[in-house]
Amino acid sequence: MGMLVNLRDWIDARFPMTKMWDEHLAKYYAPKNFNFWYFFGSLALMVLVIQIISGIFLTMNYKPDATQAFASVEYIMRDVDWGWLIRYIHSTGASAFFIVVYLHMFRGLLYGSYRGPRELIWLFGMMIFLALMAEAFFGYLLPWGQMSYWGAQVIISLFGAIPVIGDDLSLWIRGDYVISDVTLNRFFALHVIAVPLVLIALVVMHILALHEVGSNNPDGVEIKKHKDENGIPLDGIPFHPYYSVKDIVGVVVFLMFFSIVIFFVPEGGGYFLEKPNFEPANPLKTPEHIAPVWYFTPYYAMLRAVTIDIGPFTAKFLGVVVMGGAVVILFFLPWLDKSPAKSIRYRGPIYKTMLTLFVIAFAVLGWLGTQAPTDTKTMMAQIGTVVYFAFFLGMPIYSRIDKTKPVPDRVTG
Amino acid sequence: MKKQLLAILLLVSPALVLASGGGVHLDKAQIDPANKESLQRGARTFVNYCLSCHSAKYQRYNRLARDLGMSETDVLENLMFTGEKIGDTMDIALSAKDAKKYFGAAPPDLTLVARVRGVDWLYTYLRTFYLDDSRPFGVNNLVFDKVGMPHVLWELQGWQKPVYETETDSQGHEHKKIVELELVEQGSQTPAEYDRTVRDLVNFLAYMAEPIKLERQALGIKVLLFLFVLFIITYLLKKEYWKDIH
Amino acid sequence: MSGDGVDTSKRRFLTAAATVVGGIGAVYTAVPFLASWMPSERAKAAGAPVEADISKLETGQMIRVQWRGKPVWVLKRSKEMMEALPTLNPRLRDPESLEPQQPEYAQNELRSIKPEILVAVGICTHLGCSPSFVPEAAPQPYDPEWKGGFFCPCHGSRFDLAGRVFQGVPAPLNLEVPPHKYISNTLILVGDDTGAA
Repeated sequence: MGMLVNLRDWIDARFPMTKMWDEHLAKYYAPKNFNFWYFFGSLALMVLVIQIISGIFLTMNYKPDATQAFASVEYIMRDVDWGWLIRYIHSTGASAFFIVVYLHMFRGLLYGSYRGPRELIWLFGMMIFLALMAEAFFGYLLPWGQMSYWGAQVIISLFGAIPVIGDDLSLWIRGDYVISDVTLNRFFALHVIAVPLVLIALVVMHILALHEVGSNNPDGVEIKKHKDENGIPLDGIPFHPYYSVKDIVGVVVFLMFFSIVIFFVPEGGGYFLEKPNFEPANPLKTPEHIAPVWYFTPYYAMLRAVTIDIGPFTAKFLGVVVMGGAVVILFFLPWLDKSPAKSIRYRGPIYKTMLTLFVIAFAVLGWLGTQAPTDTKTMMAQIGTVVYFAFFLGMPIYSRIDKTKPVPDRVTG
Repeated sequence: MKKQLLAILLLVSPALVLASGGGVHLDKAQIDPANKESLQRGARTFVNYCLSCHSAKYQRYNRLARDLGMSETDVLENLMFTGEKIGDTMDIALSAKDAKKYFGAAPPDLTLVARVRGVDWLYTYLRTFYLDDSRPFGVNNLVFDKVGMPHVLWELQGWQKPVYETETDSQGHEHKKIVELELVEQGSQTPAEYDRTVRDLVNFLAYMAEPIKLERQALGIKVLLFLFVLFIITYLLKKEYWKDIH
Repeated sequence: MSGDGVDTSKRRFLTAAATVVGGIGAVYTAVPFLASWMPSERAKAAGAPVEADISKLETGQMIRVQWRGKPVWVLKRSKEMMEALPTLNPRLRDPESLEPQQPEYAQNELRSIKPEILVAVGICTHLGCSPSFVPEAAPQPYDPEWKGGFFCPCHGSRFDLAGRVFQGVPAPLNLEVPPHKYISNTLILVGDDTGAA
């Protein structure tokens, strides 16, 4: 024991080990009233680790070469010992990442976690979301199946809608006149090293910013307002051991769901691994029905919902603007919300209605994005798009006039 | 809390809605992946009827022997005819270029076909070839219109002829529609025997598309049991610590 | 917070249980990742037993076949070569082939199934170079009493024509004799000895 203490002191004199442990775990005081929704932050971190480890092992056998990529994935699935498990972990992890992150973001909407003084946490989080979308998009090309190829074709063509520079821009991204070996090779580099580095840096900043201002909670009150004589928030408890043991339970439950998918439904009903992607990429033949992976479909549905030209702008361009806008508008959320209450618990009926409509619209858009468009479905997508934007654009008004309940001084447990 | 659960349900509901397929009715294949005899029969049919034009270039013979409960000698004698080695994959000599010349399009590799098409589609497809003089090989197919493949299993099934019915749509146009297929010349198997042959073949194709499937599911049970134990322990640990919090 | 009513022994027990069970889970999770580094089915198929046809092999001649990517030597030794071998015994590390560098059926004076035919993996047991074949019984810079054998250019290890290592060289062990069997009188299967005596 004495030797271990000596070793700790030796390190602490040279590196802030104990200091970091205290700052971020043992003496990081988190509100004691975290509920179910507060699991998803730590779960997102865990999925990131799962993806990095499984991804590293996949690169050991994957070949980023248009003539070999598809076969190398099948090589992993069949010939490499346990390769199938590593691959399913990674493909399921991609979807799990988005499920967890969407729920984590929804938690922010429920309890106003993006509100001051946590604007930067929200902005870093949004950048993580963007990086994650880029990561997923680059990664989806790598198996070099039909969906990989044509999905990337459609998304890169989106950039072609940008006036003046559009065509050159998509040519530059592809590095060829069609998606080819060159595109695959650069996407591989971006997927396995460039974006992950950015992602990790952003996650560190997200957590540092969080630990600087402290966590929000389901009541949306600041626990730092009431401290005891030692400067410890009265409603705060040390993250370790209380939330570490709690989050471990969350992790185990998550792993149960994760394992159910990996071992029993790795295709996720065709949503996690799409059927046409078991066919090698064929630049001469588009699959009959192409849809992006489920986590992109809400935005994809909004893209398709725009069918009319306005003035000099084509529907194609406006669709891209709407899709981009749907993501960008999330960045402004901290400044759109004018409600005196942060948490849904003390907000009025208008916000509750708007949030419900927003969630329904998002889910319906997600479903529509997987479907082939029909007149009715396009109309539904247009309504959904309007609801989506109304939630944000109307917020400065409705959050102000909404009848809120008085916010308590301390957390309510 | 109830509202929150509802919200989750709404978020995941798109994943629960199954994508609806094309308009054609598909028969259920009802395969049994654990039935090794069925798989062995299917492998034999595959090697005899499919493997000369289609390859299965990701499937190794020795893996097949192991998974289907056959000895390597068995496989060498009954399933391999062209002097490959037991560790080879089920590739074919026909080049894609030649194949394109013969068939108009190169026959696709079949290793993963069950994952692309689904087993019900395959089961229906292989049973619904019908005579059609307008096609180069004299046959068409109910689920794959204008199919480029000849009916290679005709010796077993025989030939079917479509039975048409005229129906009028809402605009008053008349359409000829195939309502069923009628066996006009029986092959060496009765329809029931032929269905079984196709079921075995589809079973084998499904095996080949994902050889690890049975093992994966068996391992999954163990993993879940382990996680359940771990859940109980960690839950008790959490409860014990949280006694402190009031 | 941490009141007096805390049952420390229960906490300790549960923490230990969670650590042990979780640790077992972590180890089991690591296994697939580590196992994925083992030779794949493709590598195994490529490393399948290979045949060596010795019908045209002349006395004193050596052919090389590749098994699992490694050179395997098949040498047909002359009568003189075989007679010289026992005379080298005092200068060798392991003249009786006591180290398990060969299958049982090759643990004999000539380290072979058929006396004249040597089958050996041509990889030096020191650091993995492939020694050169120097069959002539003539004085060499590294050995004035050379009776023919193998000389490793990397670090100067020497082996006789039965693949036995000399004393005073860096290589610790005799050359490996791979599992092999005679399919016919003139056909050797390298890498598989099932059913062979």
